Amino acid sequence: MSEFSEKDVQRSVTELETKSASAARLFDIRRIIGLLFVVYGVIVTICGIAPSDGSLDKAEGVNINLWTGLAMLALGLFFLVWLKLRPAAPPPPPVGMEERELGGDH
Amino acid sequence: MPPTHLAAELRLPANWLDYGLLAIYFLFVLGVGFLARKSVKTSLDFFLSGRSLPAWVTGLAFISANLGATEVLGMAANSAQYGVYTVHWYWIGAIPAMVFLGLVMMPFYYGSKVRSVPEFLLLRFDKSAHLLSSVLFAFAAILIAGVNLYSLAIVVEALLGWPEWVAIVVAGFFVLAYITIGGLSSAIYNEVLQFFVILAALIPITVLGLKRVGGWDGLTDSLTAQKGGDFVTAWGGTGIGSDNPLGANWLTIVLGLGFVLSFGYWTTNFAEVQRALSAKNLSAAQRTPLIAAFPKIFIVFLVMIPGLVAAVLVPKIGQASSGLEYNDAIPYLMGQLLPNGVLGIAITGLVAAFMAGMAANVSSFNTVFTTDIWAKYVKRGQEDAYYLRFGRLITVLGVLASMGTAFLASTFSNIMSYLQTLFSFFNVPMFVVFIIGMFWKRASMVSGFWGLLAGTVSAMVNYFVIYKQGVIDIPSDQGANFVSAIVGFVAGAVVMVAVSLFTRPKPIEELQGLVYGTKSPGMSEPAAEGDDAWYRRPALLGWGAIILAAACYIPFSF
Repeated sequence: MSEFSEKDVQRSVTELETKSASAARLFDIRRIIGLLFVVYGVIVTICGIAPSDGSLDKAEGVNINLWTGLAMLALGLFFLVWLKLRPAAPPPPPVGMEERELGGDH
Repeated sequence: MPPTHLAAELRLPANWLDYGLLAIYFLFVLGVGFLARKSVKTSLDFFLSGRSLPAWVTGLAFISANLGATEVLGMAANSAQYGVYTVHWYWIGAIPAMVFLGLVMMPFYYGSKVRSVPEFLLLRFDKSAHLLSSVLFAFAAILIAGVNLYSLAIVVEALLGWPEWVAIVVAGFFVLAYITIGGLSSAIYNEVLQFFVILAALIPITVLGLKRVGGWDGLTDSLTAQKGGDFVTAWGGTGIGSDNPLGANWLTIVLGLGFVLSFGYWTTNFAEVQRALSAKNLSAAQRTPLIAAFPKIFIVFLVMIPGLVAAVLVPKIGQASSGLEYNDAIPYLMGQLLPNGVLGIAITGLVAAFMAGMAANVSSFNTVFTTDIWAKYVKRGQEDAYYLRFGRLITVLGVLASMGTAFLASTFSNIMSYLQTLFSFFNVPMFVVFIIGMFWKRASMVSGFWGLLAGTVSAMVNYFVIYKQGVIDIPSDQGANFVSAIVGFVAGAVVMVAVSLFTRPKPIEELQGLVYGTKSPGMSEPAAEGDDAWYRRPALLGWGAIILAAACYIPFSF
């Protein structure tokens, strides 16, 4: 029975890394987070614009829908702006077995 | 401690708006799965995101995988029961281990290019250690996923009135769909999303809860009056031999929780380590647990304060007369404080937290089952595409099995606390085997298997025989866990050393990159551009987190 050694792992994983599609084709999650929180922020802020007395009493007099809605909207916009200002580095050109860590960070 | 039962009158006044917010979340989660699908071409993509993710993503996924709802609800319950002692689970009980993982262990994990924690044991020890740890892990992962699913079902039934089986099937189906389609990238991306949704859920509860009881001072005053001054301190009443509800003293807290249990979980639990292994280079992998440490330090306030507030508002919480269990703390506050709108966000956050806990276990299960068990012992030498297909198949089977264990758990009300304890047993012996294997070249090939076996068995013996049969008196389950952890650690270590002295060590050429003091042959990649920025230095991040956590203790220690 052959020993499975560190060299075997290095070889198979490095080979898979060259064929891997994640770096090139995985979308940027910031767009999704930004979108979700903008949507949530808008909906909840609208709830907060005309709160009923009941909901204000429940929440200790704090217009929690308005505050939470605005905070989520701000978070969503932060992600979208971050994405715009520092877009993901373009995927590296396909290489053989060489190291390819040259792109900038997100 | 996951909820075994929730009080009947916790039904939330949720309306179409709240359900709409929840539905939007499910759409996004599925969408992430479909979008991630394009990137899955190899098994490395499916199981490890092609090792290409940036540190901020893996760091947030790392903390999010830990923020399962059993953790959130359970820690709030802990606070309602034990007070400010809860901070120990977040500061001493997490930060040192997370920093150790990032600074010390990650060069070995990431540099060796192993695809899983058991694979590291295969390289360091032998096939028997590998097979034992893989099987234990796979088994534990499915059971934990099922516990998460069942806990979700109980909570959803109490809060929204859905029958348990509906919640199990619906939530299980969503997790199954997005992980089968998009692999680990989908799981990790959704965990990052879940992190922010969970924050959006907990912050309003905390803020309003504090307002209700008169701010932090009002809270501490009421608690001191009801439960005594120690309740709002971290260390009060923890002298050795003194009496406290936790049944632990500062020594068992520091050694049992802070060292053994905590290191066992954070450094060898593959559901967590997998997130770091998917990072794009060594610097990002090292920074993953370090980046995660900072939210970990502060999130305690978002789960502890609701628990404390519940203890004030419902003084007899946890006792039969109040009609509320400790686990009901957060659901109770949701019903009391949140109007529709934010209520929907809170419900979504809770559901998101359950799904995060389940998904992390499913995604680590499918990796260990495919690359460690199937590809090494059942069907060797196939093409990569075969293992990718198999990975998807076993994901479906794994989720179905989790649904099965969820239904099984529903028939026993007490089995869940036993399961929690059992799983802490599995983590500690793994940690012993790792730490000795990583630092002692002489640890022999077979010592890994025997150390793992000895540690696991002795921790179980301590819990089931010595504690449960009352041989030694320990007042609480948590206190007993700390002791079992120390016992498991010591037993595993002793056996490893003894066995190593009589058996063959591994030749040093085969230990390159696996033991402290050696370098991995594949690890001479140049640093990525920008990775030497001051805020990207692992040492700075790591020590910064430790100092911050220590500083946080100060207000609670006098």
